[in-house]
Amino acid sequence: MKRRDFLRQTAVFVAGASVSLSALEFIDPRELLAANSDLRWAFLVSTHKCVGCGFCVKACKIENDIPLEANVTRTWVERYVIKKDGDVVIDSPKGALHGFKSELADQGASGTVRIPERDVAQAFFVPKLCNHCEVPACVQVCPVGATYQTADGTVLVDRKWCIGCGYCIMGCPYGVRFFHPIAHVADKCTFCYHRISKGGDTACAQACPFGARMIGNLRDPDDPLTRTVMTDRVGVLRDEYGTKPQVFYLGLSKEVR
Amino acid sequence: MVEQVSQFIVHGEAWTVKDLFVLPNEYVYWSIQIVMYPYMTGLVAGAFVLSSLYHVFGVQKLKEIARYALVFSFALLPVAMMPLLLHLLQPLRGFHVLMTPHFTSAISAFGIVFMTYACIVGAEIWFVYRKFIVDSIHRLSAKRQRTAFETLLLAIYRVLSLGAMDTSPEALASDHKAVKFLAGLGIPVACFLHGYAGFIFGSVKANALWMTPLMPVIFICSAIVSGIALCIISYYIFMEIRKWAARWGKNWLLPDALAHGNASLQVEQLRSIQEHEVKMTSKYLLIFMTLAITLELLDMIFRGYTAVKSWDALRMVIYEHDFAKIFIYQYGIGNLLPFLMLLAPGLTTRRAALASILVLFGVFMMRWNVVIGGQAFSLTFAGFMHYHLPIIPHDWETFKEGLAGASLVMVTPFIIFYFLNMIFPAFMSDEEAH
Amino acid sequence: MKLFDKGRTVKNHVWRPLFVVIGLVVIILLFRAVYVPDDFGAHERGYTFGYHRLSNEQAWRDFPAKYADSQYCSGCHADKSNQIEAAHHAMIPCENCHGAAFDHPEEPARLTIDRSRDLCLRCHAALYMPGSGRSAIPGIGPAGHNPGFECSDCHDPHNPSLEEM
Repeated sequence: MKRRDFLRQTAVFVAGASVSLSALEFIDPRELLAANSDLRWAFLVSTHKCVGCGFCVKACKIENDIPLEANVTRTWVERYVIKKDGDVVIDSPKGALHGFKSELADQGASGTVRIPERDVAQAFFVPKLCNHCEVPACVQVCPVGATYQTADGTVLVDRKWCIGCGYCIMGCPYGVRFFHPIAHVADKCTFCYHRISKGGDTACAQACPFGARMIGNLRDPDDPLTRTVMTDRVGVLRDEYGTKPQVFYLGLSKEVR
Repeated sequence: MVEQVSQFIVHGEAWTVKDLFVLPNEYVYWSIQIVMYPYMTGLVAGAFVLSSLYHVFGVQKLKEIARYALVFSFALLPVAMMPLLLHLLQPLRGFHVLMTPHFTSAISAFGIVFMTYACIVGAEIWFVYRKFIVDSIHRLSAKRQRTAFETLLLAIYRVLSLGAMDTSPEALASDHKAVKFLAGLGIPVACFLHGYAGFIFGSVKANALWMTPLMPVIFICSAIVSGIALCIISYYIFMEIRKWAARWGKNWLLPDALAHGNASLQVEQLRSIQEHEVKMTSKYLLIFMTLAITLELLDMIFRGYTAVKSWDALRMVIYEHDFAKIFIYQYGIGNLLPFLMLLAPGLTTRRAALASILVLFGVFMMRWNVVIGGQAFSLTFAGFMHYHLPIIPHDWETFKEGLAGASLVMVTPFIIFYFLNMIFPAFMSDEEAH
Repeated sequence: MKLFDKGRTVKNHVWRPLFVVIGLVVIILLFRAVYVPDDFGAHERGYTFGYHRLSNEQAWRDFPAKYADSQYCSGCHADKSNQIEAAHHAMIPCENCHGAAFDHPEEPARLTIDRSRDLCLRCHAALYMPGSGRSAIPGIGPAGHNPGFECSDCHDPHNPSLEEM
């Protein structure tokens, strides 16, 4: 073979190989997943099934190292008692960490309220947690990029970067954020990212004996969550803020704040 | 009654009382230091605008107070950062706003804007005082016997001069040009410094009281009001001190005399300057007060008229819980009363000074009513929170975010000004200065 | 008095403060290059929602889990699992009453059993909640129903029905 040919063929080979190899580099499976968004975590809550036992709240605190004695929580349950005259009494004692064992509704500085059975028209429980919104207002207002959204939709807080200004807490319309009492940075529900990323269940959904909570992948048409969201009538909390929350509720009522 | 478990009081719990239905994680997170922060930046911006009225628009009658306002605004500048450092749960990471600013957040503007503004004011002071610095270097280096303090002062001036020792008329003319340019540039930056603070609140859609496009404008106007008022009252007080000190020879109250020999003004001269400056400045105060109150009333009227979902809860806060704070303290004592005092014929220096104190109180109450008022109702609109400012601190948190921390912030600019006055005498007469 | 000739250029010294400022900015940028981690940037969700330190995602994935699940428990405790599966309490995860597994059986070697009345009352304190599943659960008034006794004194949690005892 002549030297020129050899050089030319080598050049062609190297060029071709580097293009192919660089293509291999580009197509990282994780990025492909993110780009195709095969995975979008979402949550389903059934207010029909929730009995207010509070096992979810306790499990969440233990799983995620939120001190039980601290009056902050990543998830909580609210009790709604709607009276026949239209008044609504809402409470959530310690976020329902100990469940609801008494008819006395905790009204803070206004004391407690007992509503006699005969006055009750309707009553139900509403569990709440971070909505991991599609347009998260909390992420938008973080001044240093400490809170962010992953490709699969989960909103997280970087504990080493957060400066503790509290803007994200003020920015959240749903009140799900708080200052972690030990880490002294912003904190909130992570959809148990450490569990779901390994194929597990969130601590709260697992602890719920009645199946009132469910995590799922909104992009998977066979996921039970997706089937429910697509076929049944679901609501979301406070959508007037434009945040596009991804926690869906069955049995949401107009009284729910 | 909900029992408090004593070991774990989370941030905000110590000074928040919840009433009716409030979400578990809701507390008054943005408390007194977040009231102080816009207050202090407002004073900075206002003082600077006052100074610029002379340097840019050539309002000759404000000459003396303009120089004072400039130096005082520089003394206020580091104090603007103090409330934030006291508020942050991770103050040592505060500089992250300069490292990775997320510009979709209004707070991220803080790092850049603050530094830009500091550079502008610093540079302007440099140009205003450059001749004085050079003269002082000559004077001090010519002295054979220098005290330790004078040696230090000489060293400081040598560094500050940046080697620019030319005091020819052309050089001084260049200084003038630069001052005018910087003062002009500084006005929009000062407006931005405080406008963005208003934007921080006005853009929070989750908060029914804060969310309004009027917020940045309201903040800027009330900032200028507070800055002018502070300059009036502090100028008045300082002049009174200087008159007293000049009469009784108490030089330690005259830091510039300590640094540079006698304060050359006589008591009578001081009195007439003081009267003139204070009355002139009061006129500008009235203009901006009118603007500020108009916007605030407009906002409140709109809310009541449109009566959106949040109105029931807001109405309870505005007309019941915070009625005294809003209508009596802020609008009454803090706005209407000084307004009448300034408008009434036969304005005396003392009356203007008193009116300025009331204005400062009014602006403070405005900040309080916005920041604390916005957290006085729950996100649920079915509950309320009551804020109790910690008076006696019993731990580090109640010190930082309590009366003690707020007082520290209020006092520090005066301490800084005392020492700054030694380097940049703010009360120099016309012949000595530019 | 202070008029100056517009045709004349400004003296050089006016630029010195600007040089000081530029120097300051350079120092900050240099420090930034060292301090800010390389993986900090706008990732998949863009600048508004995805501006962060990428390695933090993995840090969260690596957060230690405390709870296992009931299937894990039945691996060794099949007898108890089978017993409860046949009873009304089949839907209650083991760890709700027995605590989180952590690294059991390594650490802790034994899990504590919460036998308090408070635990059972979470579901069984009678509350009139007609719109929820609570009304389907047999409930008692805590003050009147054997106060001072533990529920498990009479009811076996793995087979709580008294008729079948």
